[in-house]
Amino acid sequence: MSEPPARTSQAAEVWRRLKRNRAALAGGAIVAVFVFTALFAPWIAPHAPDAGDLGRRLEPPSAEHWLGTDELGRDIFSRILHGARVSLQIQLVAVLIALVAGCLLGLLGGYYGGWADHGIMRAMDILLAFPGIFLAISIIAVLGPGLLNLMLAAGIYSIPQFARIVRGSILSLKEKEFVEAARAAGEGDASILFRHLLPNAMAPIIIQTTLRMATVLLTASGLSFLGLGVQPPHPEWGAMLSNARPYLITAPHVATFPGLAIMLVVMGFNLFGDGLRDSLDPRLKD
Amino acid sequence: MIRYILKRLAMLVPVLFGVTLVSFSLLQIVPGDPAVLLAGEDANPDFIEAVRKEYGFDQPLHVQYLRFVARAVQGDFGISIRNRQPVIHLLLQRFSFTVQLSFLSILIAAAIGLIAGVISATRQYSIFDHASMVGALFGISLPIFWLGLLLMLVFSVHLRWFPAGGSGELRHLVLPAIALGAASAAVIARMTRASMLEVIRQDYIRTARANGLRETVVIYKHALKNAMIPVITVFGLEFGYMLGGAVLTETVFSLPGVGRLMVEGIFQRDYAVVQGAMLLVATTFVLVNLLTDIAYALFDPKIRYE
Amino acid sequence: MPLLSVRDLRTHFFSAGKVVRALDGVSFDIAEGEIFGIVGETGCGKSVTALSILRLIPFPPGKIVSGSIRFKGTELLELPPERMRSFRGKEISMIFQEPMTSLNPVFRVGDQMREVIALHQGLGREEAWKAAVAMLARVRIPEAEKIARCYPHQLSGGMRQRVMIAMELSCRPALLIADEPTTALDVTIQAQILELLRQMRRELGTAILLITHDLGVVAQMCDRVAVMYAGGIVEEAGVVGIFEAPRHPYTQGLWGAIPPAEEERETLAVIPGTVPDLSQPPAGCPFHPRCGRRFEPCDRERPAMRAVAPGHRVACHLYPEGGVPS
Repeated sequence: MSEPPARTSQAAEVWRRLKRNRAALAGGAIVAVFVFTALFAPWIAPHAPDAGDLGRRLEPPSAEHWLGTDELGRDIFSRILHGARVSLQIQLVAVLIALVAGCLLGLLGGYYGGWADHGIMRAMDILLAFPGIFLAISIIAVLGPGLLNLMLAAGIYSIPQFARIVRGSILSLKEKEFVEAARAAGEGDASILFRHLLPNAMAPIIIQTTLRMATVLLTASGLSFLGLGVQPPHPEWGAMLSNARPYLITAPHVATFPGLAIMLVVMGFNLFGDGLRDSLDPRLKD
Repeated sequence: MIRYILKRLAMLVPVLFGVTLVSFSLLQIVPGDPAVLLAGEDANPDFIEAVRKEYGFDQPLHVQYLRFVARAVQGDFGISIRNRQPVIHLLLQRFSFTVQLSFLSILIAAAIGLIAGVISATRQYSIFDHASMVGALFGISLPIFWLGLLLMLVFSVHLRWFPAGGSGELRHLVLPAIALGAASAAVIARMTRASMLEVIRQDYIRTARANGLRETVVIYKHALKNAMIPVITVFGLEFGYMLGGAVLTETVFSLPGVGRLMVEGIFQRDYAVVQGAMLLVATTFVLVNLLTDIAYALFDPKIRYE
Repeated sequence: MPLLSVRDLRTHFFSAGKVVRALDGVSFDIAEGEIFGIVGETGCGKSVTALSILRLIPFPPGKIVSGSIRFKGTELLELPPERMRSFRGKEISMIFQEPMTSLNPVFRVGDQMREVIALHQGLGREEAWKAAVAMLARVRIPEAEKIARCYPHQLSGGMRQRVMIAMELSCRPALLIADEPTTALDVTIQAQILELLRQMRRELGTAILLITHDLGVVAQMCDRVAVMYAGGIVEEAGVVGIFEAPRHPYTQGLWGAIPPAEEERETLAVIPGTVPDLSQPPAGCPFHPRCGRRFEPCDRERPAMRAVAPGHRVACHLYPEGGVPS
């Protein structure tokens, strides 16, 4: 293939395949509801997220409080809706950090090779030596707890995945003829990188971005559960779960619903990401 | 094989350098005087000066770093300002617990993941396949800490099969191990399925069938041994993630693991503990990956007989 | 009684609501000790024929829908799966096109042979190993003991194909199916492997069903030849008859399309048009859309196989029963 694939017809083809994938559509629907909730929580939520009524603590679900009330008598349903806002904000910022930094590092390493590539990849190896959420915890150890640092930690934690994927794509793409042609036509490195290489590496980047939204949510809510992330009284799902622990036996619903919210949204992104992978790159499907 | 292992060992050097550098930098980046951070804010000035001398905080950075590494190699990670104990004692005690928990978890995850993955692949699109892939989706989507709480609620509080608290016996570890292993079981099942599906399309599987071998022999000997090669890498990675991710499980079940030690260290500004935990967990993970690579080579003759 | 007798074999593949008639009524006989060739373009059903005989068509999507395969008088299509399994590798063996990928990469080749020998001959580990090494020596592998201890990736393509042949002949099968056994090999190695197959036929009396698209190989090796097109046999004759007097227009086109030596080609530029889509085969003779000599009945009626000379049969309306070419 010497020509870069035509993008409009490709997008149509991807959409056609995606439409037939019921699991992906279900995932997409969950994501859509999540985003909608995050955007409009203040208008949808029946109660204020931090308005507590200590006389009505730990009430089970009722007509007034659909999902019951928490240890301070706050409406759990409203807090979960507002929690979507916090989650989406963390996910977007963290994934954006990872996306920009990871893509840049991957592009530079893959395109220039040599010591730049070597240095970048070794740096990624060092980050990856801290397994999973432990890396995010270590970053928090350096930066200190808090919402902003949580976003930074979850972002840095995801950089290596993007860097590796982009580098891999670039390594195979840069040998292709359309890159040679662009170079022969006198285009500079920046133009080749951002006008030719990056657009053709979009498929794996989009897939990774979607799947990473799921991982970041799990990690960020885990950190908040540990008390290292979003601090109370902000309605963050992991923090809500953490606060509900003492009442696990007497009022299990307080811990159940925030966990359910995390699981549903993570599942939505996973389903949608898997569906995108099957649609964008059908060869990867069994 | 020897060359392969040497190459892997050589690749360890920059990573270990980086890992020590990162944990060393902790004290340099955190605002405040490193000597005060280590000695504790309420320590008397003489003690702070003693710490400064001993760690060489009055020396140039590279000397400080070399001293840090030299001490770490000898197992000296300083004194915990909260527990007034050598950090190495705390670490070893807590880390051995986390290793036990992770080991039990990876055993459970590997058993479930392999069985589900192989059966799913051999009966692609069957009800079992669909059910186990939906199960795997739940596995990768469930927050560990929530799963832990649910398991505790159902199996300890309501059914009373397992104790809700305490540690030291195997029965205390069962629920935490399941919570910690669920995601890995899901990842291993997906990977095994994909790998098996790839392998059973290969020509040599057709050869095995054309030779009249039993289907069970074809699948569990000829196909599985090939399909295992990429899965082995996943075992190592997942075990490493467990070492690092056990902190959530340890917190839910109030278990004395290294992750909790580290998180407590962060809250208590007990930087010697945090530094030691970072170094220990990362180094262990790197070594686990090395062992995984060697196991990988043992399974794949193409590498073994390079 | 022929060793193998295939009658009206139909193997179809079912996918996405379509039925692909990969084999649509194939019949032929193979005598004991005979080398019988099947030639045709990619997709004509050669390999499906081979896999059907061993009942190794993957289901789903494939299925043998009707027909008969009798081997030494036993109807293979009616055997219970366990009995069928005992024929594979013992009575009927098969070697494949890709020696690079046909051996399991994680087992030593001697162990792979030992497994088959132990299974079919009931030998112990030691004896089966010795038998494996002896068989490797028999296919002219020097230092057989050493080669037996090798993993496939340590051997060259030609050596691997020798190992495959040794493995498949180790239980002295009456029939060896060789599906494009030399296509993936260098020309010099090809000649050696073909020579080896001939020697083995001579020494062990094994009949060979040789599947190939290479007419040179057919001319060198075969006693009798069948030409396949679009899931059916269009002509069948002794090797001399079919080369000297090809009757079917497709065979004639194929012969005209013999590529220059050493050039591999699976498409036949000389015959205009393309192989038909087997999920929607043309009515009548499947070759008629490409046939330069088609006439009135060709697009309506499927021609039956008819004898045009002793041992020479052809399925073409140009050769009516007992008549002369029009």
